[in-house]
Amino acid sequence: MKALHDTWLVYSRAMKLNIKQPVWLVVMIIQPLYFLIFFAPLLNSFDDVPGGMPGFQNGAMETFVPGLIIMMALFGSTFVGFGLIAELRAGVIERMRVTPVSRAALLIGRTLATVTTTLVQALILVLLAAPIGGLSIYWPGVFLMFGIIILTSFMLGALSYGVAIVLKSEDTLAPVLNTFVQPIMLLSGIMLPMALAPQWLQNVADFNPFYYAVEAARSLFSGEMGADAIWQAAAYIGALAIVLVWWATRKFARAVA
Amino acid sequence: MLIETKGLKKTFKSRGKEVEAVRGVDLAVKEGEVFGLLGPNGAGKTTTMRMLSTLIEPTEGHAVVCGHDLAKESANVRRDIGYVGQEGGTWGEVTAREELVMQGRLYGMSKRRAQQRALEVLAAFQLEDYADRTVKTYSGGQKRRLDIALGIMHEPKLLFLDEPTTGLDPQSRAHMWDEVRALRDRGTAIFITTHYLDEADALCDRLAIIDHGEIVAEGTPLDLKKAVAGDVVAIGVAAQSAEAVELLGAKDFVREIESGEPDPATGVALLRMYVDDGAAALPELLRALDAQDISPASIELHRPSLDDVFLKQTGRSLREEH
Repeated sequence: MKALHDTWLVYSRAMKLNIKQPVWLVVMIIQPLYFLIFFAPLLNSFDDVPGGMPGFQNGAMETFVPGLIIMMALFGSTFVGFGLIAELRAGVIERMRVTPVSRAALLIGRTLATVTTTLVQALILVLLAAPIGGLSIYWPGVFLMFGIIILTSFMLGALSYGVAIVLKSEDTLAPVLNTFVQPIMLLSGIMLPMALAPQWLQNVADFNPFYYAVEAARSLFSGEMGADAIWQAAAYIGALAIVLVWWATRKFARAVA
Repeated sequence: MLIETKGLKKTFKSRGKEVEAVRGVDLAVKEGEVFGLLGPNGAGKTTTMRMLSTLIEPTEGHAVVCGHDLAKESANVRRDIGYVGQEGGTWGEVTAREELVMQGRLYGMSKRRAQQRALEVLAAFQLEDYADRTVKTYSGGQKRRLDIALGIMHEPKLLFLDEPTTGLDPQSRAHMWDEVRALRDRGTAIFITTHYLDEADALCDRLAIIDHGEIVAEGTPLDLKKAVAGDVVAIGVAAQSAEAVELLGAKDFVREIESGEPDPATGVALLRMYVDDGAAALPELLRALDAQDISPASIELHRPSLDDVFLKQTGRSLREEH
C-alpha cells in the first residue's frame, strides 16, 4: 500500500512538472508530423504498384502511421533521462532518497508520468493522422495498440532513467542513447516494412522487440486482432520492461550523485 | 546518544583502484548538540555524512543513528533524520510550497497536515513572500533557507547539513548560523560538515577534526584549543631562519617550534612556536634574535585557533588549502 501511495506521490509531482512545461508535448508531436506531411506522401505511390508492395498489403498510410506512432513512443521515452540529470545535479533525487519513500516508487512514479505523456501524444497523433493520411480508425485495435505503447514507453522510460543515473551527464547520455536507439528504429521497419529487407536483415530484425511492436501496431490498426506479432510484442516488451524496471530501481536505490 | 559509530569505513572502487575515503571513524553525537566535522576538502566529511544518512552503505563498521541500526533499520533511520546536501535539493519549475508539501507527504503526512506544516516552516524561514514563486527565481540565500526548510519538514531529531554555508555571502552566512542555533534551541541535534575554521569554532558545541579519512581530534572547540597549550607566537624572518629556529627552540619556555617554507615573493619564513605565556615570552624572544642580528619581518601573538589544532595534528594548515 505504501509503495502504491508513494508511487502516486512521485507520479503526481512528475506530472505537475510536465504540465508546467507543455512545450515538450508539442515538440514531441511535431517530429512525427513532419514525417507524416513530408515523407508519408512518398509511400502513397506504392499503392499503385501492380501486385502490391511487400509489407504494404493494408495500404501505404495504414502501414506507415502505426509505425510512426511507435517511433514517437520510442523517441519520446528514450530521452526522458535528460530531465533527470538536472534534478540529480541539483540534489533533488538525493533529497528524496533520504526520505522513507519507497525506492521503487522513485523510479516507477516518474516512468508512469512518461507513459502518460506518451499516451497523450499518441492519441493526438492518431487523431491528426486520420484526416491528414485519409485513414479510417478502427478504435478497438487502436486501444489495444495503446497497450503496446504503454509497455514500450514504460520499458524505455525506465531504461533512460537508469542510464541517466549511471552516466550523470547530458554530454555522455545523448551519444549513448542515440547509439542505441538509431539501429533499433531502423531495424523495426518503421520507415519501410521489414518485408522489403534481404534475408540477413530480416534475421537481425527478428531479435528486435520493436520490430514486433511495429508489426503488432500495424495489425491492430487494421483490425487483425489475432496476429502473432501482437502477443509476441506484448511478451517480448513486457518481459524487457520488468527486467529494466528492476534494474533501474536498483540504480535509483544506490545512486551516488 | 543520537549517533554512535564504530570503525566506520568506506572504500570506493575507481577504475580498478581502491580508494579509502573513510578509514575507521568512531564518533558520538549527543542529543540536542551541534556537532561539527571539520576538515579539508577530500578528508572524508561528506562520505561520512552520506553513510550516516543512509545514502551510501559503509564498507565496514557499525553505526547506530537515532537508536536504529544503520545497516539493518535504514527505513527507521530515515524517518528520524533530516538531510540537506551540498547541492541543496530543489530545481526548476517547482514552488517552495509545492515542494514542502510533497516533502511532508513523502514522510507520510496527510495532505492537510503537510500543508499546515508547510505554512509553519515557510514562516520560520521567512519564505512566505516567495512561497508560490518557482525556485529558479530564488537568490542563493533564499534557496538555502528552503533547502533547510525541506530538511526539517518532518521535525527530525537529527539534521545533517553538508557544508551549509559554502558559496553564501557573509550576510547569508550569518543568517544561516542563526538558523542553525535556533534549530538547536528548539531541540534538534545538528550534524554539520564544514571546512571553515570560524564556522566550526562559532557554531559547534563539539567537533571532530577529520583528515585523510581519520578523526585526528575530537572535543569542544575550547578543549581542543586548550590542548594545544599556551599561546602561539609567529615570527617572520627574511634570512637565517634555521639559526633562528635553533636559537629560539633552545629557550625552555618554547615548547615547540616549526619553520614554514619561505614566502616565494618576500623570502620571509614564518617561525611558529607554542609558548607558555606569550606576553612574557615575546620580549625575550626578540632580545635573543637581536643578539644574533636577526631582525624579524613580522611578529604575531595569538591564542591557539582551531587551525593550530589542525596544524598540530596533521602538520598542515587548513588555511593553506583555501
